[in-house]
Amino acid sequence: MIKDEEKPQTEQIERQRSGMQHHLAAHARAIPPSGIRRFFDLVSASKDKDIITLGVGEPDFVTPWRVRDAAVYSLEKGKTQYSPNAGMLELREAIGQYLYNQFQLTYDPAKEMIVTVGGSEGIDLALRALIEPGDEILVPEPCYISYSPITSLSGGVAVGIETFADDQFKLTAESLQAAITPKSKILVLCYPSNPTGAIMTYEEMLPIAKIVEENDLIVISDEIYAELTFNGKHSSFASLPGMKDRTILVSGFSKAFAMTGWRMGYACGHPDLISAMLKIHQYTIMCAPTMGQVAALEALTKGGLEEKDRMMESYNQRRRLVVQGFREMGLECHEPQGAFYAFPSVRSTGLTSEQFAERLLLEAKVAAVPGHVFGKGGEGFLRCCYATSVSQLTEALERINTFLRSME
Amino acid sequence: MNEFKLSILDLLKEDARLSAATIATMLGAEEASVSAAIAEMEQDHVIVKYATVINWSKVDDEKVTALIEVECTPERGRGFESIAERIYLYPEVKSVYLMSGAYDLLVEIEGKNLKEVASFVSNKLSTIESVIATKSFFILKKYKQDGIIFEEFEDDHRLLVSP
Repeated sequence: MIKDEEKPQTEQIERQRSGMQHHLAAHARAIPPSGIRRFFDLVSASKDKDIITLGVGEPDFVTPWRVRDAAVYSLEKGKTQYSPNAGMLELREAIGQYLYNQFQLTYDPAKEMIVTVGGSEGIDLALRALIEPGDEILVPEPCYISYSPITSLSGGVAVGIETFADDQFKLTAESLQAAITPKSKILVLCYPSNPTGAIMTYEEMLPIAKIVEENDLIVISDEIYAELTFNGKHSSFASLPGMKDRTILVSGFSKAFAMTGWRMGYACGHPDLISAMLKIHQYTIMCAPTMGQVAALEALTKGGLEEKDRMMESYNQRRRLVVQGFREMGLECHEPQGAFYAFPSVRSTGLTSEQFAERLLLEAKVAAVPGHVFGKGGEGFLRCCYATSVSQLTEALERINTFLRSME
Repeated sequence: MNEFKLSILDLLKEDARLSAATIATMLGAEEASVSAAIAEMEQDHVIVKYATVINWSKVDDEKVTALIEVECTPERGRGFESIAERIYLYPEVKSVYLMSGAYDLLVEIEGKNLKEVASFVSNKLSTIESVIATKSFFILKKYKQDGIIFEEFEDDHRLLVSP
């Protein structure tokens, strides 16, 4: 090996010029920059205080005070130590009870559950515990932006399955069947969906479950928006006949309890899968933050659940307002049945979703995320988060309407 | 009170300026039925007034508010009703509550300054025949009123765009 100082000086200079890129692993370099990040930079660069943003992916509520207070109190009492790797047993038991009450799911808190740093970590753990190089991971799109990059980090191949507004962005059995190859290993589901607001009912998931069974797939079901299901109750994929063992349920406190910054999530599944995920978790994370776990425990008390219900009702009201607003101004908008996003089509304007979002930002001072960043089927749509005050929403709708009229 | 009317009240309580059309959209109801329900509640005095919550401490023309505990002797047959009425008819009086506990009526009085409130208490309130004693407490600062926090410190800290 030739030491650096022995190399010709020009080569050293060349290396300095090229920065540190050559140190990076190929799989890290291969991750494409996030489209949402590009748009974030654009919005942030404008520094215009007058911008109304529908571009967020989180509630407009602050975490209920009782939850914050519980965490503050625990800090005052000096609860600052590690928790067990899988999370405080008390919290896991409360989550188990909650999942049973809400979705009739039964998980053993001791063996089938792990408290994670947000739902994100749960997704990461599940994918890392399951993927071997070359495995194909089926992902209905448009979808949350993380599944594909995390898949490629493990050497897997994400296979997007396009879903369509005509099907209310639900995954159909036909399109799933068509995407399956001998290498297919995992199906990632995220219903209610970010960005489309689509949901899948129990009956609609049954044919999906059949295909999963026939092809021996594992399902990672990201149900972070489960509580935000309107016009009926959410059905977990794990509740379908024979699916509990095949499903890793990933969820958390971010959306339903307005706790995004706390990074509190959980994953539930077969003990074999959870224990493998726990191994990765204990070496990479050790445990989820203890004060966050105390907060999460408070969120699951009667008082916390009442606050959650109050917030859910408020989203539902604003959902109706924003969908009607888009339709009245002539944009096609399928009815989102869950999450807190509307996903109107901007195709009638003749612009791409990126052009539309950029012009909307600069000309109308409304930020919304162009649909193409969420993968196949997202082009031509705009993700608008309606978790913002009624007055802001009304103003944003007026601005979008004026913008549309100016293009006529 | 049915659930529909309660939902309307929940929305109006937060923003009295919401139109019937907006409320109808938010509740997934017909505008006509929202209008009818509101009219009915106005008629029944369920909805008494569409007032504005004002943080007077931010207005130059500042006001002084005091809470007065009033001990009084109830009248045979009418209890505290006529005393309460004699008190609440004064425009200076902002609210009157019949209380359990050590005193009988809690009276909120608003005036231009401390002197004005004090003079109202000594000249008008204490001189009512059945009033035995009064205790005045001046409000120094209002933090929260009718569920509304005055010093809004929970700004929107969210990133403008997030996944």
